Amino acid sequence: MSVLLPILIPLISGALSLAFWRSTFYQRIIAIIGTFSLLLSGISLLYIVRTDGFVVTQMGGWAAPFGITLVADLLGAIMALLAGIIGFAIAIYSLAATPTTHEKFGYYPLMHLLLAGVTGSFLTGDIFNLYVWFEVMLLASFALLTLGGERAQMEGAITYVTINLFSSAIFLSAIGLLYGMVGTLNMADLGHKLSQIPNTGLMTVLAVMFMISFGIKAAAFPLFFWLPASYHTPLVGVSALFAGLLTKVGVYAMYRVYSLIFIGDIAYTHTILLWVAILTMVTGVLGAAAQFEFRRILSFHIISQIGYMILGLALFTPLALIGGIFYIMHHIIVKTTLFLMSGITHRLLGSHDLKKLGGVYRYRPLLGLLFLVPAMSLAGIPPLSGFFGKFILIRSSLEVGAWFVAGISLLVGLLTLYSMIKIWAEVFWKAVPEGVDTDRLTGKTADTHLWLLVVPVAGLATCTVLIGLNAEWVYQLAAATAHQLLHPELYIQAVLGDQI
Amino acid sequence: MDSLLAYVIGVLFSCAIYMMLRRSIVKLVIGFMILGNAANLMIFTVPGMRRNAPPLIPTDATVPLIPVADPLPQALILTAIVISFGVLAFAVVLIHRAFEVVKTDDLDQMKEADS
Repeated sequence: MSVLLPILIPLISGALSLAFWRSTFYQRIIAIIGTFSLLLSGISLLYIVRTDGFVVTQMGGWAAPFGITLVADLLGAIMALLAGIIGFAIAIYSLAATPTTHEKFGYYPLMHLLLAGVTGSFLTGDIFNLYVWFEVMLLASFALLTLGGERAQMEGAITYVTINLFSSAIFLSAIGLLYGMVGTLNMADLGHKLSQIPNTGLMTVLAVMFMISFGIKAAAFPLFFWLPASYHTPLVGVSALFAGLLTKVGVYAMYRVYSLIFIGDIAYTHTILLWVAILTMVTGVLGAAAQFEFRRILSFHIISQIGYMILGLALFTPLALIGGIFYIMHHIIVKTTLFLMSGITHRLLGSHDLKKLGGVYRYRPLLGLLFLVPAMSLAGIPPLSGFFGKFILIRSSLEVGAWFVAGISLLVGLLTLYSMIKIWAEVFWKAVPEGVDTDRLTGKTADTHLWLLVVPVAGLATCTVLIGLNAEWVYQLAAATAHQLLHPELYIQAVLGDQI
Repeated sequence: MDSLLAYVIGVLFSCAIYMMLRRSIVKLVIGFMILGNAANLMIFTVPGMRRNAPPLIPTDATVPLIPVADPLPQALILTAIVISFGVLAFAVVLIHRAFEVVKTDDLDQMKEADS
C-alpha cells in the first residue's frame, strides 16, 4: 500500500479538483492538502524502504512477471519524495502566483495529474507501464505549457509537443522490439532474462534506441534544443515544476534501464553516455553564458546539470553513482528554487530580461540572500549541497583516471559560477535601470501576498543548506542507493521472489 | 507476411518523419498520426505473426494444450492507440489555437520563442 500512495494521492486530488471545477477556493485547499499528503507519503515510503528494503506490490494480484508490478527501491523512493517536496512548494507558490484565468481553466487538476505521472514513472516496475506514465505526465505538461495561450507559449508548445511525441514513438517501438526479443515487459524479469543470455548486437541497438528516447526527455546533448525554446514561456510556477521534475524523469529512466536491463555491453553503451555527459555539460553552460533572460539562463543550466547526472551513470563505479544520485537530489531542489526566484523578481519589477531588472538587493536584502544560497549551491560553493555533488563526481572520475572528464567538470562549475554571478550582478547588485517601475520593489504599492511566494523559496533554500550540512547522512543514503543499482540481482530477487 | 509488414513499417516511419519536417503545422500533425501507427504496427509484427488458436485454456488445464497466439501485443497496441488518440486530439486543438494566435501555419515563422 505504501508504494501506491504517492501515485494515488495526486490522482485522487486531481479528480477532486475536477469535481470542484467551479470553486477555485476548494481547488486551492485540495492542492495544498493533496501535495502535502504526497510529501508525507514520500517520507514514509522512503523510511520504509530504508529500513525494510524493497516494497513490491503486484497490481490486481497477478504474480510477476505477468501483471503490472509497482516497485519502490531507494532510487524510486527518493525521487518520489523529491516530487512531493517540489509539488508542495509549487502548490504554495501557485496560491499567490497563478492568475484567475489559469485557475479557472484547470491549473490545479493538471498539476496533480503531472505529479501522478511523475511519481508513477518513478515507482513502476514494468517498462510498458513506464511508457504509460510518461504519457500521463506529458499530456498534463502539454496542457500546462499552453495554459494562457500567448504567442511564445504556442510556439514553444509546438516544439515541445513534436519532440516529445517523437521520443515517445521511439520509446514505444523499442518496447515492441524488446518484447519481441525477450518476451516480457517486467523490468526485473527483463534484467534476469537478459543476464542469462549472451549480449548480441541487436540488444545494443535497442539500448541505443532507449538512450535516444530518454535522452530527448532528459534534454541531453544533442537532443536538448526543445528545452530552452519552451521552458521560459509558461507561468513561472509551471516552469519551476517542469525544471525540477520533468527532465529528471528522463534521467531516472536512464539510471533504471542502464543499471538493470542493458548491462550486457557496458563498455559500449556507457562510453556513449560518457561523451553525451561531457558534451551536455559544456554546451549547456556555454549556451547559458550567451543568454540575457533570467529563465533562459536557468534553462540552459538545467541542460548542463543533466550532464553531471549522466556522468555519474556513465562512469558506473560505486562512487560515481553516489555522486550522480547526490547530484539529482541537490539539483531538483536548487533548480526549482532558482526558477521560483525568477518569478519573484518578475513580480517586483515586471520583467524577465536581465537588462530591465536591478536593485533588488538594495530594497529587499532578504531576497538577495535567498537567491545567493541556491545560486552558490548550483555553482558548487562549499558548504552547500552542490559542492558535495560535484566533489564526489570529480573524485570518482579521478579515481578511474578520467582526468579529462574531471577537468571539464571543474571548468563547467566555474562557468556556472560566472552565470550565477552575472544574474546576481544584473538583478540584485546594479542600480535599478531607468524607466522601470519600482513601486512594487520599494513597497510603495503594497503586495500583501508576496510572502506566499517567498515561503516556498525560503523552505527549498533551507533544504539545500540542510543537505550541505548533513552531507554525511545524504551520502550514506546515496551509497545505499548506488549499492542497489550496482546489484540488480537484489531488485530482481525482490520482484520475482523465489521464481528464480 | 512479416517481411512485407517490415517494409510497410519502414515506409510509414519515413513518411512520418518526412511529414514532420515539412513547414506546415497541419502536415506536422499528419506526421504524428502516421508515426503512431508505424510504432503500433511494429509492436504488432515484432513478436511474430502466427495463425494460432485464441489464447484460451480449458478449465481443467493449467497451460494451453495447443499453440496459441500471444494476446499481449494486442493489449499493448490497444493502450498505445488510446494514448496516441488522446495526444492527437490535443495536437489538433493546439495547431488550431496556434494558428489563431500566430496567424500563420508556417513553422519557419514561429521562431519568436527560440531567440
